[in-house]
Amino acid sequence: MGALQLDHAAARLGGRLIWTEVDLEVQEGEFVAILGPNGAGKSTLLKALLGVVPLAEGSVRVFGRPVRRGSDEIGYLPQRRRFDPDLRIRAVDLVRLGLDGERWGMSLPSPAKTNRVAEMVELVGAAAYQDRPIGELSGGEQQRILIAQALVSGARMLALDEPLESLDLNNQQAISELIRSICQTRGVTVLLVAHDINPILPFVDRVVYVAGGHLLSGKPQEVIRTETLTALYGTPVEVLHTSDGRIVVVGQYEPVTHHPDDH
Amino acid sequence: MPEPGPSWDVVADIQLLLQFHFMQNAFLAGTLVALLAGTAGYFVVLRGQSFAAHMLSQVGFPGAAAGVLVHVSPVLGLIVFCVGAAVGIAAIGREVDAGQRLESAAIGSILAFSLGLGFLFVRLYGGSAQGIYAFLFGTILGITDRDVQLTFAVALVTIASLAAIGRPLMFASVDPDVAQARGVPVRMLSLAFLLILALSVAITVQIVGTLLIFALLVAPAASALQLTARQGRGIALSVALSLAFTWLGLALAYFTNVPVGFFITTLAFVFYLAVRLVKTRRTVVAPA
Repeated sequence: MGALQLDHAAARLGGRLIWTEVDLEVQEGEFVAILGPNGAGKSTLLKALLGVVPLAEGSVRVFGRPVRRGSDEIGYLPQRRRFDPDLRIRAVDLVRLGLDGERWGMSLPSPAKTNRVAEMVELVGAAAYQDRPIGELSGGEQQRILIAQALVSGARMLALDEPLESLDLNNQQAISELIRSICQTRGVTVLLVAHDINPILPFVDRVVYVAGGHLLSGKPQEVIRTETLTALYGTPVEVLHTSDGRIVVVGQYEPVTHHPDDH
Repeated sequence: MPEPGPSWDVVADIQLLLQFHFMQNAFLAGTLVALLAGTAGYFVVLRGQSFAAHMLSQVGFPGAAAGVLVHVSPVLGLIVFCVGAAVGIAAIGREVDAGQRLESAAIGSILAFSLGLGFLFVRLYGGSAQGIYAFLFGTILGITDRDVQLTFAVALVTIASLAAIGRPLMFASVDPDVAQARGVPVRMLSLAFLLILALSVAITVQIVGTLLIFALLVAPAASALQLTARQGRGIALSVALSLAFTWLGLALAYFTNVPVGFFITTLAFVFYLAVRLVKTRRTVVAPA
């Protein structure tokens, strides 16, 4: 069964057409990277399948059903920089909110829920710092907690918006490996928006490139090529391979390589 | 027999404290306000809305003055101004980052305007400023039985409402984007919280005064959040500190004849200062 299916989809934000004629199918258990220049509509794609941004045209189905906001099947990690350092809430409480934070009424003690939260904290390797305030954790530690939060309600799909942004190289590597392992061992479908393909290149099954109002998907080596991207952008771009195996896309509105001072 | 003063016999002291009806009422109303403010204050500080709480506890001043001026109940004026201000801040919106700045600028503007209106109404009224003074600094030693009943009702409604929306409100406060994707009505909760706060402040402010409400809405919760990052313990500690400051403040005021407001605010401030100093030293000595 397809995990995600978009048919002739189009999205509009503030009256502006972001992308149109999008057909995309993602299989269950696939690890897909979503790439493209800023403002191309990568985050909008995630928000469309979360049901947060309604489609202007076409349809989107997740696990065979029309999308709805608040579904337990998709775990979401929004684009952000960091939690406020003064936010004095335990990391483990943040994970717990992913389980039943949307419910009204008081939270009563529940061993089943506590166990479920503990299992996820263990899975992402965050047990050592689960009782510390979230604001005091490092960027990599915060991302692990957020992945646990996204998974805790039993999500079969992860929608991750730039989870590697603002992490150092070691943490980018470690978080990519963690996501790959969750994908493989639990059969979770992963859609990961990235600014830079390089840290995740060894792990992804497929890339989806969003640019010029359209979308192109395939194996990384098929999609990230000078000819295909030039056709997609509608302006000349060039794909370079550095001697250490990194891929750099030049000539687009802004380079796809990592910019620490981005935003 | 000489005027009885405090001794080291706590039971005798408490008997002394509660021998007059006005002190019993002060303790009852103070306890209820402390419960209410300690609970609501936890969310105020967690959401970074201390300035909004400050505004709500003062914005009622022109409302009360307007009520006196046009011969309706000052409480009605208070409610209209507090609720209007709450809707005003919520309408400005709370988007991430920039929203915080927008919000505090909006609050500053609304607060200044409301104080200006207050001065106008007092001048137009032309009467004694005694009532206004009582409003700002509270009349906790002149509380009627009806005031106690009203405070009880407000505390009950406020705490029950917060218990009902507490969990999604917490989610929306710490992680609004994920909360929204999970189906939490983030903006609606933001407005609901401000309205709960506005109504409870509007009604209790004329009983215990602006100063006390504001002191109990921020400092105990701020101390509690520094001391624990657990939600349940944080709320319990915030309420416990509010109660301790209120009871101690009332007792000290009774035996010394110094205003209650001074003692409660001072206790709350000194405790907060101590917590911050200890925390700062700990971080400098052993960074986490």
